[in-house]
Order: sequence, then structure tokens, then C-alpha cells
Amino acid sequence: MNPEVRDHYQAEFARIATRLPGAEVAWVRAARAAALVQFVALGFPTRQQEGWKYTSVTPIENSRFSLRPSAAPRVTAAQVAELALPGALLLVFVDGRHVPELSPLDLLPEGVRLTSVAEALARDPEPLRMLLEGAVGLEATGFAALNAAFLADGTCLYLAEDVVLDAPIQLLFLASEPGIATHCHNLIRAGTRSSAVVIEHHVGLGDEAYCTNCITDIALASGAQFTHHKLQQESAKAFHIAAVRVKQGQDSRFHSGSFALGGGLVRVDIHVSLDGEGAECVLDGLYLTSGRQHVDHHTCVDHAVPRGTSHEFYKGILDGASRAVFNGKVIVRPDAQQSDAFQTNCNLLLSEKAEIDTKPQLEIFADDVKCGHGATVGQLDPEQIFYLRSRGLDDAAARGLLTFAFAAEVIERMPQAALKQRLEALLRGRSPDAVKELL
Amino acid sequence: MATPILNLDDLISQDYKHGFFTQLEADAVPRGLNEEVIRLISAKKEEPEFMLEWRLKAYRHWLTMTEPHWATVSHPPIDYQAISYYSAPKSRKEGPQSLADVDPELLRTYEKLGVPLEERELLAGVAVDAVFDSVSVATTFKDKLGELGIIFCAFSEAVREHPDLVRQYLGSVVPYTDNFFASLNSAVFSDGSFCYIPPGVRCPMELSTYFRINARNTGQFERTLIIADRDAYVSYLEGCTAPMRDENQLHAAVVELIALEGAQIKYATVQNWYPGDKEGRGGIYNFVTKRGDCRGADSKISWTQVETGSAITWKYPSVILQGDNAVGEFYSVALTNHYQQADTGTKMIHLGRNTRSTIVSKGISAGHGRNAYRGLVKVAASATNARNHTQCDSLLLGDRCMASTFPYIEVKNPTARVEHEASTSRIGEDQLFYCQSRGISAEDAVSMIVNGFCKEVFNKLPMEFAVEAQKLLGVSLEGSIG
Repeated sequence: MNPEVRDHYQAEFARIATRLPGAEVAWVRAARAAALVQFVALGFPTRQQEGWKYTSVTPIENSRFSLRPSAAPRVTAAQVAELALPGALLLVFVDGRHVPELSPLDLLPEGVRLTSVAEALARDPEPLRMLLEGAVGLEATGFAALNAAFLADGTCLYLAEDVVLDAPIQLLFLASEPGIATHCHNLIRAGTRSSAVVIEHHVGLGDEAYCTNCITDIALASGAQFTHHKLQQESAKAFHIAAVRVKQGQDSRFHSGSFALGGGLVRVDIHVSLDGEGAECVLDGLYLTSGRQHVDHHTCVDHAVPRGTSHEFYKGILDGASRAVFNGKVIVRPDAQQSDAFQTNCNLLLSEKAEIDTKPQLEIFADDVKCGHGATVGQLDPEQIFYLRSRGLDDAAARGLLTFAFAAEVIERMPQAALKQRLEALLRGRSPDAVKELL
Repeated sequence: MATPILNLDDLISQDYKHGFFTQLEADAVPRGLNEEVIRLISAKKEEPEFMLEWRLKAYRHWLTMTEPHWATVSHPPIDYQAISYYSAPKSRKEGPQSLADVDPELLRTYEKLGVPLEERELLAGVAVDAVFDSVSVATTFKDKLGELGIIFCAFSEAVREHPDLVRQYLGSVVPYTDNFFASLNSAVFSDGSFCYIPPGVRCPMELSTYFRINARNTGQFERTLIIADRDAYVSYLEGCTAPMRDENQLHAAVVELIALEGAQIKYATVQNWYPGDKEGRGGIYNFVTKRGDCRGADSKISWTQVETGSAITWKYPSVILQGDNAVGEFYSVALTNHYQQADTGTKMIHLGRNTRSTIVSKGISAGHGRNAYRGLVKVAASATNARNHTQCDSLLLGDRCMASTFPYIEVKNPTARVEHEASTSRIGEDQLFYCQSRGISAEDAVSMIVNGFCKEVFNKLPMEFAVEAQKLLGVSLEGSIG
């Protein structure tokens, strides 16, 4: 690792470690220090690593982000109200720190515990010990280690057995201060047969560069049904590094959505382990890129035991000089018989300078399986354009409408009305005026 | 329904049929590799100075490289100093003037393998340039081809007699710096085939070369160079079988194809080298660099391969589609049984406008076999209207085998259309049941289904090769196929 980079992070650690939440707890301090050592050993990923072949994080490495916001949050209730999804339970984080006054949580049903990580560390840190001490994990990346070292906040959600939470939980992460890096960790445990929806929503309020490094860990007990959607609208210069790590128990069901609309350099890792028999997961995703954006999705579904099902559906629309990367890995372990895995990745290239690198990947060690994948790269069908033009639309409107429809196919898969409407509105906002009138 | 699947183990554990070892006096260079050895190889082959220079450059470059390990194969480390880099049948010294001069032992070997040099001349109309442990000993139909201006000869002969052509094209598709094994090959290649089809000539017969590894501890480093000049056409067959052997043998061949404007090259391979025994001991390491260059507009290169042998197969026959409207094709069947490993696939590099490529890959894994498809489809910004369709299917026979797919798709042009499809499954119980209910034994049913699975690829093989391919699949998989 470059000594300057190392020195920067070590100096930042020395500067702020004592002010991070939980700093008074010995094991928290020790876990952070160990993670920093691990980060120094690992460094940032390089393009020599297969998983980072198409994505260079050199710009992040070369930035000297401050690891702590300099001022108190300056976000108004009106700004939050504009972004809040109707009917959702709202937790607001500004620059990586929970702001209780913007997060009115008064109506939690019994059996649901929803707090910020900072609060949990202050009140009762012990239940988090297992999770945070092993947070970096064996297949660690420098980003995971960095997150563990500088962990400032996040969400703790516990669902007791048989609890069904109807209202979705919206975790709204707002970035207001430029030049800082934030490290949040969401820890979610869903009990047996419980059910909930979490929408992780990242929004950049300015147009400057900053870095979001966010990890979400989800553990589903048997029969749990859980939905995690990620809506990312960072600023055009922002760096967004996110990992979603899911462990599924027997007969549990998980639905993931990743909607990447913003960010300058974006990397999302979604790793789902089907650890219990009969577990099922659905991974949906949509990335819309333009300008000089670089958006990288790496998904991995690990069929560790028999009778798992995974269905993955990712679409991308690339404009400008943007670049998108999709890597969808499916592993079927020995003895994970009767696994059913299917994956689709479709990409629409709209501009001459855009680039897509896609790699659907299968690693299969069992024989009684049904696995497949498909990937396409193409453009709008000239016959469909012709059809719309024969109905009186001009070329731009015809293309805009078909592009909208291409993306809407993913949005339609979302059962949550509030999220669906928000996504449709965002998509409509990106369409040409002639298309807005039609929709 | 577990019964037929269990029986598979018996069906697929048949021994290698072509296992025999011919006692021949070999003229081998001592083991090890250094500049002296390269000079010795070059001198023995009476090569011109430029060839030696090239070999030495390659060797010096190779010294700076490290062996790659990214493939999903595992093997004990290779000791490059324990390999003998040159071996020629003794009879070569006198130079066989005709088949009568050839060592009868050698001829008997070919007979056992079903390469009847003289009969094939008459019966099949195939010119055979047989490579027996590195040196070409007999070439047929040469006169007939010569009338058309076609040059088809041993590589070493081409180096001596057509140095200008060799100089112009050698290393122009696979440079000596290309990769670890290609560099090694460039330094020490022993022999191989050379083929040049002059402008506008359609080669009237399938050209064919049989490679065969025979002398113990001799790495094989063939070099093949095929040039189809403007509007020329050639279909080339390469087939291999090898005798039973205990020690691992390294095989690092390089094949370069060059298609100029309007030219078409079809290259078919049936590879059935010794795969190692049931416990995975022995067998050939087949680390091959094969690449074609569609250099001119409207050119076409087609690779067809049936890979049933070798302990480890590691190769990616590729096509660089430079010329406008160029076409690249890759049809592959790779079968791994027992402890065989195959990491194979292709690269289609689209550079020219309206270039098209098709990839059909069929992987069959049985026993502890590991089979990986690794491919790249790259559409450069210049490749307007490029088109690719990829289909890769894996068939799993047995619960301890493995099938992986690593398709890389990189697209930089918005007019490109790229489609990739992959599936993995085992032989359907309903398919087996249907066959059995019609009175077909489980064994025959499996062979039928496997052959059906591969049919799309076998159809692309020349007639006589398709028959052989089915036989090889049978040998590798079970007793009754073919």
C-alpha cells in the first residue's frame, strides 16, 4: 500500500477514533484497531484482482477524504419530506450519522427493534459484538476493513419471531458535506417467519465529491420473508461503495432490488448465501448511466445446500461516455442438489462512447441442477421505432418511450407501490419532454 | 431413478483404448533448457539465422515471465528443466526418401491408430502430414497440391525452403511475447505444419496432420502456421491420440491462422491424448495457444474442436476479426472424465465493421471431471454493426464433477448486438425413461443423449472426423457409443 495513503488513514484514525461511537467500549476499540491493521495489509483493490478487473478505484485511493464531518448536519425537515416515501418508517442519516430529530419513529409494532448503530453501541453494545468483531470476514476487501475501522453509524433492525411489519422502513442516507468519507453498517436480523421491507436510499444533496462506503448485513431465520431495495441517487462526482451480504435460513425468501441512478464511481456487491434448504432469492437491478459515470454491480448467489432457488434480473441503460459493469456469479456447491438458478442481464447502449462489460458466471459442483444465464447487449429495435413513428411520434420520442419501457420492466417487478411510483417518477424525469407528455 | 445414474460410473470408467507404447530409438537432446539447447535445436534443423534469432528472443523474453495460474485447473508445478526439448525418430538421420524407408515400427504405430498413410492416399483423398514426435516423416499428396501452388509441408521444411513466407507471417498472430506457453513454444518449437494457399485457390482436399506424442519425457512444441491468401479456401484437420503413459507430459503448441481478403479457413481438431488413469495419474498437459486473424475484408475463420483427451486442456482458439464483414466461428465439445480438467473457450475480438461471430460450446463433465468455458467477446469502438451469438451448455454426469462458465462480454459500440446464453443440466430422467421404455438400454440411451447434445458441433466437422469424434466420445465416456 502506498505509504501516503496509509499515513493518511492512520492519521485520521488517530484523530477521530476516540470520538467514534462506542469508543469507550474496549472490544469496540480493539475491533476498530484490528480492522485498520487489516486495511493497511489489504489496501484498496487493484485491477489485477479479477473482481476489480473493470473498475479502478485509484480516484478513491488518491483522494484524501476527511473521515469525520466537520459540522453539525444542516439538512432541513423540508428536504427530508421531499425524499421520504409515503407511508414508510423513516430513519435519516446525514453524512453517515443518524439524526434522531429528523427520524420520527414512534409507531413501531411490538417485536420490532429499530435503532441506530451509534445508539445501540451507547446503550447496549454487547449484542453487536459478534457481528462487529467478525465484520470484515474472511473474503475481505480493503473497503470492508475500512468500514469496520471507521464505523460511525448505521441501522440495527431486529424482527422477533412471526412479526410482520407492513410499513416499509426507509433508511435515508443524505450526503451534504463535500470531501468526506462516511462508513455505515446496517445490521438486520429477521426472526423465524418474520417479514419486513427495507429501502436503503442514498441521496447526494450537493454536486461535489464525497465517498459513501456502506455495508448491509442481513440474516434471515427460517421462513422469514425479507425485501431489501437500494435506491442510489448520489451526486455525479460521488464515490459509492456498497456491499449487501445476506444469509438465508431454511425456506426463507429474499427479494433484492438495486437501482443505481447516480454516483460518479459506483460499486455494489450483493452476496447471497442460501444456507438453509429451500431458500429462495430474487435479485433485481437497474442501472442508468450517463456522462462519465462508472457503475459496477457484482452479484453472487451461493447455493450451499439443496433445493435453493435464485432468479436474477438486471438491466442497464448506458448513455454518454459512461461505463457499466455487471458480474453475476452463481455457485452451486457439491451436494446442493435440485438447485434452480437463473440469471438475465440485458443492456441497452445508447451512445457511441458508452461501454458495457458483462460477465454472467456459473460455477457448478452438483449434477441435479437447473442453471442458466443469458446476457444481451444491443440497441432499440428499429421495427419498434418504426411502429411508433408510424403512429405519429418523432424519432426522439419513440426512442425515449422504448427506453422508458425497457427500464420499466424492472420497476414493475417491485411490489411496493410507494417505491414503484418514486422510481417511475425518477425515470420519467430523465425522459425527453415529448415522452413525459405521453406517460 | 438413481439407478441409471449410478450405472454411469461403470459405463464411464473404461480404459483408454489407444494405450500402447512404440519402442523407437529416439534422438533426444538432454533434458533442460538454456540457450545452448535452443542453438542445438536450431542447428539440428538446419535453420537459417533469423529463425535462431527469433527463438533466442523468445527464450529471453520467456525467462522474464511467470507461469499463469488463473485457469480453474490444478496440477503439480512443472519443472521446465526436467523436460527434453527435442526428440526425433532416429530414422530421420538418413532421411526417409519414401514410405519404404520409414521405420516399420513407426508405420505399425500409425496402423494401430488408423492412420493408414498409403491407403488413405487412395481411399480418403486426404493428404496426411504425420508428425511423429516432432519431426514430420511423411507427406502425401504433395505433388498434387504443388500443382495448384499450395505449400503444405513440415514447418522445419518451410523454414528452409520458404523462409520469406515464414518470416513474414510467423508470430504475426501470436507474437513470441504473447503468453508464457506461447513464448516457450516460440523458443523451442520442434516442428509442425506449414500451409500456404495462394490467391484464389480452393484447396481440393482436406489437409490433415496427426500429432502424436511418443518418446518418454518429451515435451511437444508444435508450431502450425496456415496462410490463406486472397479468396483462398482451406479446410484443415488436426487429430491426436497418444499411447498410455505414466508421467505427465507438457504440450504447448501454437497455431496461427491468417486469412487475407475473402479467404476462408476451417480448422478442425479432434484431441484424444492420454487423459491419465482413473485416479488422475499421468496424462498430457495440453496448454495450447490457437489464434486466427481475419486480416482481410470478407474473410472467415472457423474453429471446430472435440476435446476428449489430456489430463488438462487449457486452450482458447480465438479469432481477431479485423477485416470488415469478417466472420469468426467456434464450435467445441469438451469432455472431462475421471480427474480430467478442461478450461477452454474462445475469444472473438471484433474490430472491423459488420463482423460476425458464433460460439457454440458443449461441455460434458463426468466422474471428477472439471470443465470450464472461458470466453471473451469484445466489440471495439470501431466495430460498427458487430454481431455475436454465444451458446454454451454443460451436461453433468455424476455428482462429483464440476462445470463452470466464465463468459466475458465487453462492448464499446452501441450498434453491436451480443447475445449470450448458457445452461447447465444433467441428463433428464424423463429422457432416459423414455428411451428405456422404448427398449433402449440405459447405456445406449446415455450415449444417444450425449451424442445428441453434441450434434450441433459434430455437424460442423468434416465427415470422416465426425465419425472419429463420436468414437472418441465413446472411448472417453463409455463402452458403446459410436
